[in-house]
Amino acid sequence: MSEKIYADIPGTVIFDAEQSRKGYHLNQFCMSLMKGPNRARFLADERAYLDEWPMSEDQKLAVLARDYNRMIALGGNVYFLAKIFATDGKSFQYAAALMTGMSQEAYAKMMLGGGRKVTDPIGDVNQGRAG
Amino acid sequence: MAHISAGIACSHVPAIGAAWDLGKDRDEYWKPLFDGFEFTKQWEKANKPDVVFLVYNDHATAFSLELIPTFAIGCGESFQPADEGWGARPVPVVEGAPELAAHIAQSVIEDEFDLTIVNKMDVDHGLTVPLSLMFGKVEQWPCKIIPFAVNVVQYPPPSGKRCYHLGKAIARAIKSFPEDLNVQIWGTGGMSHQLQGPRAGLINREWDNAFLDRLIEDPEELSKMPHIEYVREAGSEGVELVMWLIMRGALSEQVDLVHRFYHVPASNTAVGHLILKNRD
Ligand SMILES: [Fe+2]
Repeated sequence: MSEKIYADIPGTVIFDAEQSRKGYHLNQFCMSLMKGPNRARFLADERAYLDEWPMSEDQKLAVLARDYNRMIALGGNVYFLAKIFATDGKSFQYAAALMTGMSQEAYAKMMLGGGRKVTDPIGDVNQGRAG
Repeated sequence: MAHISAGIACSHVPAIGAAWDLGKDRDEYWKPLFDGFEFTKQWEKANKPDVVFLVYNDHATAFSLELIPTFAIGCGESFQPADEGWGARPVPVVEGAPELAAHIAQSVIEDEFDLTIVNKMDVDHGLTVPLSLMFGKVEQWPCKIIPFAVNVVQYPPPSGKRCYHLGKAIARAIKSFPEDLNVQIWGTGGMSHQLQGPRAGLINREWDNAFLDRLIEDPEELSKMPHIEYVREAGSEGVELVMWLIMRGALSEQVDLVHRFYHVPASNTAVGHLILKNRD
């Protein structure tokens, strides 16, 4: 695919048709966690539950590691991935902080201080680029 | 005939729903946010609509990747609050307005906006959080509601211009409905926020406030803003703001500003809110 006009926005993956195609099974696995019995089965044996889905090994490993930046690089979308952190009993703020590489305290403080500015540097965290 | 009396803009954040449902709305963190809607709750009591046409987006709740409609109008008799993975919010069932919704669908499609018609779907925080903010804790929502879902999850969402013109078509449809109904149109989502990646937590107070100014005074020009500017300036999830242009397009060129409120933060998000009185 040709270079996208949004490719240069730092620390951001745009969930477009190409990402959506890559992440189809990963995101549909996430949707299955909307049902209580599925959440329980997943938590009882995560690997076995993931193996029921035609996801790539990289996608499965990223889920097991709760590496959200990696999941996003592999086609995940945050509204779908929210079903994983909800299953873990975590909030959007928790997951957002994790993805920035900041501590929960530092992230909460940044938000209370008015949030990240457009001109602020982006933290040097693993953006899950490879693959 | 039916008429549109007012437009409302409002952000929708899951944490606002959770704070409200858990009775944390008077906590130090949440009080300034909920205070901004005190005026609105009184205003809504004094200006009670018969129907709210509620523009929102589904967040991987009713629509998975199996089906991604750009514009979907809820024509059903009722809609259940969804279980988004935390259990359903303890809020009333949403009663639809099937006759008006079917009329709008027919009129707008004949007007060349090809809507998807939905007769059964659950509605998530995108729809129920604004209802809680405007109407408070109630046994039953005080009016009928037509859910209107816009895809802003998979890029590209519809353009601001398309949304603005769709709003005009919706207004034409509502005004041609023979029953005497007081209709409000709400646009929800935004304002600046990014929920993903190392850039998460982005907020742009100046840009948001300029957006509010332009939405009130010069929506036609604002509607030409390309997606890329929303994403750069207001974050990857800030692009939800195109939905506000559907609301604004349905109102007269000049409107009267009744209430304006802006607050940071609600979890990861900047919250904006407007009440605009329609002159048509
Ligand atoms: Fe949203």
